[in-house]
Amino acid sequence: MSIVTVQLGQCGNQIGFEVFDTLFSDSHSSQGLCSKRENEAYQASCKERFFSEEENGVPIARAVLVDMEPKVINQTLSKAAQSGRWKYGQHAYFCQKQGSGNNWAYGYSVHGPRHEESIMNIIQKEVEKCDSLSGFFIIMSMAGGTGSGIGAFVTQNLQDQYAHSLKMNQIIWPYGTGEVIVQNYNSILTLSHLYRSSDALLVHENDAVHKICAKLMNIKQISFSDINQVLAHQLGSVFQPVYSAEGLFHYRRNPLGDLMENLVPHPEFKMLSLRNIPQMSENSLAYSTFTWAGLLKHLRQMLISNAKMEEEGFKDPALYTSWLQPVDAFNVWKTQRAFSKYEKSASLVSNSQFLVKPLNMIVGKAWNMFASKAYLHQYTKFGIEEEDFLDSFTLLEQVVASYYNL
Amino acid sequence: MTQSVVVQVGQCGNQIGCCFWDLALREHAAVNQKGIYDEAISSFFRNVDTRVTGDGGTISKGKICSLKARAVLIDMEEGVVNEILQGPLRDVFDSKQLITDISGSGNNWAVGHKVFGSLYQEQTLEKLRKSAEHCDCLQCFFIIHSMGGGTGSGLGTFLLKVLEDEFPEVYRFVTSIYPSSEDDVITSPYNSILAMKELNEHADCVLPIDNQSLFDIISKIDFVVNSGKLDTTVKPKSLVTSSAGALKKQQKKPFDAMNNIVANLLLNLTSSARFEGSLNMDLNEISMNLVPFPQLHYLVSSLTPLYTLADVNIPPRRLDQMFSDAFSKDHQLIRADPKHSLYLACALMVRGNVQISDLRRNIERLKPSLQFVSWNQEGWKTSLCSVPPVGHSHSLLALANNTCVKPTFMELRERFMRLYKKKAHLHHYLQVEGMEESCFTEAVSSLSALIQEYNQLDATKSMPVPDIPRLSVAV
Repeated sequence: MSIVTVQLGQCGNQIGFEVFDTLFSDSHSSQGLCSKRENEAYQASCKERFFSEEENGVPIARAVLVDMEPKVINQTLSKAAQSGRWKYGQHAYFCQKQGSGNNWAYGYSVHGPRHEESIMNIIQKEVEKCDSLSGFFIIMSMAGGTGSGIGAFVTQNLQDQYAHSLKMNQIIWPYGTGEVIVQNYNSILTLSHLYRSSDALLVHENDAVHKICAKLMNIKQISFSDINQVLAHQLGSVFQPVYSAEGLFHYRRNPLGDLMENLVPHPEFKMLSLRNIPQMSENSLAYSTFTWAGLLKHLRQMLISNAKMEEEGFKDPALYTSWLQPVDAFNVWKTQRAFSKYEKSASLVSNSQFLVKPLNMIVGKAWNMFASKAYLHQYTKFGIEEEDFLDSFTLLEQVVASYYNL
Repeated sequence: MTQSVVVQVGQCGNQIGCCFWDLALREHAAVNQKGIYDEAISSFFRNVDTRVTGDGGTISKGKICSLKARAVLIDMEEGVVNEILQGPLRDVFDSKQLITDISGSGNNWAVGHKVFGSLYQEQTLEKLRKSAEHCDCLQCFFIIHSMGGGTGSGLGTFLLKVLEDEFPEVYRFVTSIYPSSEDDVITSPYNSILAMKELNEHADCVLPIDNQSLFDIISKIDFVVNSGKLDTTVKPKSLVTSSAGALKKQQKKPFDAMNNIVANLLLNLTSSARFEGSLNMDLNEISMNLVPFPQLHYLVSSLTPLYTLADVNIPPRRLDQMFSDAFSKDHQLIRADPKHSLYLACALMVRGNVQISDLRRNIERLKPSLQFVSWNQEGWKTSLCSVPPVGHSHSLLALANNTCVKPTFMELRERFMRLYKKKAHLHHYLQVEGMEESCFTEAVSSLSALIQEYNQLDATKSMPVPDIPRLSVAV
């Protein structure tokens, strides 16, 4: 089954490119460390999910690019075309001349409705290319105006038009400070709207990824491209094919469905986070060997510390909510095929209290600003009123409380 | 890509405008080596086939034929505009973009605003509409004028209202040159206060600049460049004042260096919207992020580094110095001390070889020494543009919405009151049709209301951050 990726705004488009590039290079890497048959199955599965074939043989990403400003889209399209290995569809993008100016309201209430038909048509064309559709993967940031505002609008439309397909939103959580001043407003509006229309929100925090670049990858001067590559690596590690049990001959066919089935047990809890090991610089990679025990132990410590190692470590009921059995709450999917440049690697996707703290922070900061009515005129100008903010606050306070009370 | 139109009004506005076009051409020439008309150039220039007469001849793609500035030049005297038309930039403008008169506004806001405003309204509007029609997607008007004189101040602010009525969706960014206290125009406090009311009501963003600060910055650069202490490492040409490679060969007039600073401010302000970068900042993001309340739209700016060192490798320490300097009071383009006042919001626009981690490190480093308003403790907006200014590796433009603009406004009000109490020179204004005493009282109370808003914010400065009770939900 295939996934249609929708990449929105500057952030969404930059990351989307890196994701496809990572998926492609991984599936065509010569370091798979597995049998030829295995490798072919892996490649075929990856391709079914993310690429369609054109006559001249260059795979085309199953992606739709949306931005309200042409610079980033032009750059992304030409980067992909220049790679010579894969590219984006010729008509699979939509852009305008003037961005949303960091204003969620402008993206959601002005750009969204104005370009609804064009954007949905492009998405439909992409969907028609798939033999069977697993769902949508929507990459966006929540700080700006286009990714967040139009992202929320498009997700809502997808929910209306493709009610039975799954929608997973990849959300880039902004740095605590320093990107966009109204990011907390934009974030609460985005999150509250997505909570109503999306099936799962896979969250990446810029601060956390920045730390990975600095500490694990040992990068001195960190650029956005470094950050996006780490993100793409993590996403790739989850979306590449795996087996759900020993001795199976077929890769799991419905990646989004599998993830949701296992990770989103209740509509109140939709926020997923992702951890992946190992991640290190090329230099240290040459001197490292990996054992499964070590990796899993490490991964488990990242989830919560102190316990036994190996897979057994994840079977401790204390890790999970009382209304789920560990057997139901925890699943392992594997493949022989190595991912990217690592001989062995493991990723953990969890629906946990991990994100409740940053969420609580953002709601708190936005609330503080809201109390002084600062910047509200910029939103009411485009039809987002105080009541809309209050609705968003109410919904998110509910989410925070639910996660805290687990 | 969007386009902007520059509206330069009065002597000062046109002189700065002239520097701006000169440097804008130099910048695009340096970036665009192939001579192909691209989207970056289109933001300020049209590409025109001059062989075609009439309105045709606009070329949207291909080789650069003849570039025309997206500008409207307005002055009620002929001197400066004529000088531009005889100078090296003459080909960038054509007569359809100009409006001049011969009589001048006599340093009288009322003459500029009321007399010339209505006299030239239709003609100006037609030229503005024409320039807008040439744009694919017009985003912003940049108005350049001075506050103290008659034409820039009076007619410039009149046009602000015209633009608002005619193009409500296009942003209005105003670069206003404020008179210094030793100004030679006696009526400059009147003109400035009358103009301030219009800026309060009809501008989206105002970048206040004063001549004294520009002069101090030039002296500082001259001192370092000529002191000989660093003579082997300092490039002789300063980043912010240099016109090397521009059409004008020498800096003949003392004002040229000062005008170049303002021209560079505008170039850096728009660089992230024109060129690529890993973190873009479009012009509409500036007011969205920096203007929390409609009236508080005065942004204090600073440009660093003022001069660059000759060697290309930048040790982090020197890069950090660039960030520190942007907050010091000697680098502000208006006499103000943001460090000891209250920030409502702050933007850092970086160009060149600087990464997000450099930006983050410096924000973390500087944050403890700066005071932000309680509801915007993390009020930072940043952008990274990969194209550096011509001949340099990196640069920073800091924009601060900060209560430090208040003293300038208060001083202006004092000077105004000193004149107004004696009713000095008032009759020159009142004899102009449509001017009444109420214009003065309304203008001064508009300014007082603004000062009061800043006062209220300042009063919260030493108070602890309040913890506002959140919504409670039933679980």
